[in-house]
Amino acid sequence: MKYTPVIGLEVHVELKTKSKMFCRCSADYFGKKPNTHTCPVCLGLPGALPVPNKKAIEWCIMLGYALNCEIPPFSRFDRKNYFYPDLPKGYQISQYDQPFAVDGEVFIKQEPNSQNKEKKIDVRRVHMEEDTGKLIHEGDLTLIDFNRSGVPLVEIVTEPDFVNPFEVTEYLKSLKQIVRYLGISNADMEKGEMRLEPNISLRKEGEKRPSYKVEVKNINSFKFVERAIEFELARQREILDKGETPVQETRGFIEKTQSTVSQRIKEEASDYRYFPEPDIPPFRWTDEQRNNWKTEVKNLLEEARKNSPKEKANFYVGLGVSNASGASISASKYRTQVFEAVIKENILPKEQLGKFGNFLANKPEEKIDQNLVPNLTKQLINQFKSSTTTADIDDKELDKAIELVLRENETAVSDYKRGKENAIMFLVGQVMHNFPQKIDASKVKASLLAKIK
Amino acid sequence: MTELNSLTIKQAKEGLIKREFSSFDLTEACLAQIEKVDKKINAFIKPIAPTYDDVVSAARKADKLLSSNQDLPLLGIPIAVKDNFSTMGIRTTASSKVLDDYIPPYDATVVKKLKDAGAVLIGKTNMDAWAHGSSTETSDYGSTKNPWNTKHLPGGSSGGSAAAVAADEAIAAIGSETAGSIRQPASWCGVVGLKPTYGRVSRYGVIAMASSLDSPGPITKTVEDSALLLRVLAGTDEFDATTSLPPVGDYTLPVVDNKIKNLKIGISDEYFIDGIDKEVESAVRLSIEKLEKMGAKIVKINLVKPKYATSVYTIIQRSEVSSNLARYDGVRFGKDRKLFGEEAKRRIVLGTYSLSSGYYNQYYNRAAKARSLIVNDFEKAFEKVNVILGPTSPSLPLHAGASENAAMFGEIADILVEPSSIAGLPGINIPIGFSKSMLPIGMQIIGRQFAEDLVLQVAHQYEMATANENWRKKRPNL
Repeated sequence: MKYTPVIGLEVHVELKTKSKMFCRCSADYFGKKPNTHTCPVCLGLPGALPVPNKKAIEWCIMLGYALNCEIPPFSRFDRKNYFYPDLPKGYQISQYDQPFAVDGEVFIKQEPNSQNKEKKIDVRRVHMEEDTGKLIHEGDLTLIDFNRSGVPLVEIVTEPDFVNPFEVTEYLKSLKQIVRYLGISNADMEKGEMRLEPNISLRKEGEKRPSYKVEVKNINSFKFVERAIEFELARQREILDKGETPVQETRGFIEKTQSTVSQRIKEEASDYRYFPEPDIPPFRWTDEQRNNWKTEVKNLLEEARKNSPKEKANFYVGLGVSNASGASISASKYRTQVFEAVIKENILPKEQLGKFGNFLANKPEEKIDQNLVPNLTKQLINQFKSSTTTADIDDKELDKAIELVLRENETAVSDYKRGKENAIMFLVGQVMHNFPQKIDASKVKASLLAKIK
Repeated sequence: MTELNSLTIKQAKEGLIKREFSSFDLTEACLAQIEKVDKKINAFIKPIAPTYDDVVSAARKADKLLSSNQDLPLLGIPIAVKDNFSTMGIRTTASSKVLDDYIPPYDATVVKKLKDAGAVLIGKTNMDAWAHGSSTETSDYGSTKNPWNTKHLPGGSSGGSAAAVAADEAIAAIGSETAGSIRQPASWCGVVGLKPTYGRVSRYGVIAMASSLDSPGPITKTVEDSALLLRVLAGTDEFDATTSLPPVGDYTLPVVDNKIKNLKIGISDEYFIDGIDKEVESAVRLSIEKLEKMGAKIVKINLVKPKYATSVYTIIQRSEVSSNLARYDGVRFGKDRKLFGEEAKRRIVLGTYSLSSGYYNQYYNRAAKARSLIVNDFEKAFEKVNVILGPTSPSLPLHAGASENAAMFGEIADILVEPSSIAGLPGINIPIGFSKSMLPIGMQIIGRQFAEDLVLQVAHQYEMATANENWRKKRPNL
């Protein structure tokens, strides 16, 4: 039987606001001592009330605009009621039927061999909510750290428009890029700042839509999303082939085995008893407010695209860097920082920038602090200089060496003459071997070519 | 000389400033009265928090400031606070054993404002557990009794605060009203109780009952004291997003009548419901005549029958309660969920049901729509009149035990205050006399949103005009 994959995505992005969503505690919780970033509000103490973080709401709406959403003039928070020990109020403040942004679209690249270059993915909604605390299991004990409780989260939900893992990854890459361009989150997957939940099912030929849906929770890398989807598609295909229907459920992805396992069977949608959050008045946006956000997003994205790796790579190539090196530098924050510093501070003469770029492109990637850049740049420049500084050699000695090499390597010479360009570099190497000190390879190459012709 | 503990805020302030007595003397007088009468009325949760030492040291601190001529609106005045207001370092239970061990690490905004104004927090008062009720009988710390007749109920849920003021255990008290919890116990205890407009006084730190309705407010011996306390409490709060922007009014009350003449007072027959106590009805009608003699124009208006407000209120309140109590899940606060009383459990079950998928539209959503109809109904009425007047409670204080096995006791006792609560309007209860059985009777004055100043002025004018009526000289015999 033929099946078509039906895949949708829910992505949670943690905003990098200074304070939490509904109180003034610092939202920068990662790696901090447990329960040090807390107050009556994010601990859900009796009588505490949420006061919404304006910046977070603006950022959520800006992300909505960046994903080509409509921003309804009226919006509000709702309570999502459920019990879990990491949820101190017994409900999560979220948005139900009046989210900040709806009906967006994103265009993604398609697989190289497909007919169309681009595909439109519909974004159903973008809404704002608060993160929960974190449970830490230690032996028989379960401890709760509320530092994360109340950190602003944006949830982006797509329609089930994806048909393969490639499309999903393309969408995620572009979502991550947009979030970073807007400067609203670092979307660092390892820190849990971007969490992915694909819902996956297979549609039989002739079927309008599948009768079940499998959700895979809390995946923290693009690669694992691909794996999870591949695994699920295969697993579900097997069940369908037997004439059965996969169970509607939530599954977890196990990194070790690269497979998914059942976590919770959902017979029906959970009853979260949503109702309008009475502690926060609803929002009514003016046209002016919405136009301002829209313009700001447009400007931010234009500015960011100018500084995008692609644009940067083109610029580096213009300075004499090879295509491959240009791409390699612009893809790395570290190399970009070093190269930009060298350009900005005129450390090297213009004509050497290309060479330095090619040299830099081959250096191993390093994770560095912004304030270490000047030092590292200095080191690299020194390395580069010593690698290019060559001893002056006597022309006669060079000629002698060349003639010797040409005589001993006739095959290579004839290879070169037949068009095998690489052969010349072999000869250059042979010549250089004749000298104990480092000599200028380009000079050797020029002299060799002159002799061969 | 009158005993110090029976003074009003205004009188006590004058005495303090003239150095006739100290805050310590005043506080000691209140503590002595508590010692004397609270065994009989149980207005305070025991063991009384804060401790004697804490109270006395706060009074001495106030005396120090008084001696350096500091001028703060409540400097040295002993005030009791309902036990659903968070008090830093002082046990706060909302009269539920679920919070028996809970000591808040922060002050409610109202408490902070009282402290900043120099008040001495004398004790935390008893209430219906979680503010669920109108009798103070659902308290896990024993019921409060009506100081005028301890066989009768004080009303609730702020029954402890109203009884404490009526029994002169405090100079004034703070209560909170969701629908009736200030006005109804004030009416039954014969004191002044003001429910401000929703959003006029911060809810931050008040253990939530129904978040879209809860309104903290003063319970006092006079209207003047009520105005004075409201000036301290009112205003936007950066910790409560539902506090409103309109600037705080000038609640200073004029000494001479300048408001009653030609004031249009709306009377709705729907508020003299079937089954209303005859003595209550005739006392309120008599007060209306007095106001007419003072120059007011009495205008007949038609308001939606209060029973519809009861339905709306019941759904919205239970729904919000079911969510607000979810945090007492037994994971934190040290006590088990099984300590929830019958009333709280009933409300949680009903509220959970009315919010459930499939029922939400039928109940919560419909109630929310009906709520806006009630809001519109009042708006229309206020096009014709300046204030609305009626009985506060349809009955005299009921006998102790009346709330048992009466699941809707509160809703019925509060039927006349629910419509204005649903609409978020300000309202005040003022005492207007006694029944033959010597139980207090109250009348309420309701204004449009943020019209606390007008409501207070009308109440004040009435109080001044009737200041010499004989019943005012009566004191509870405890």
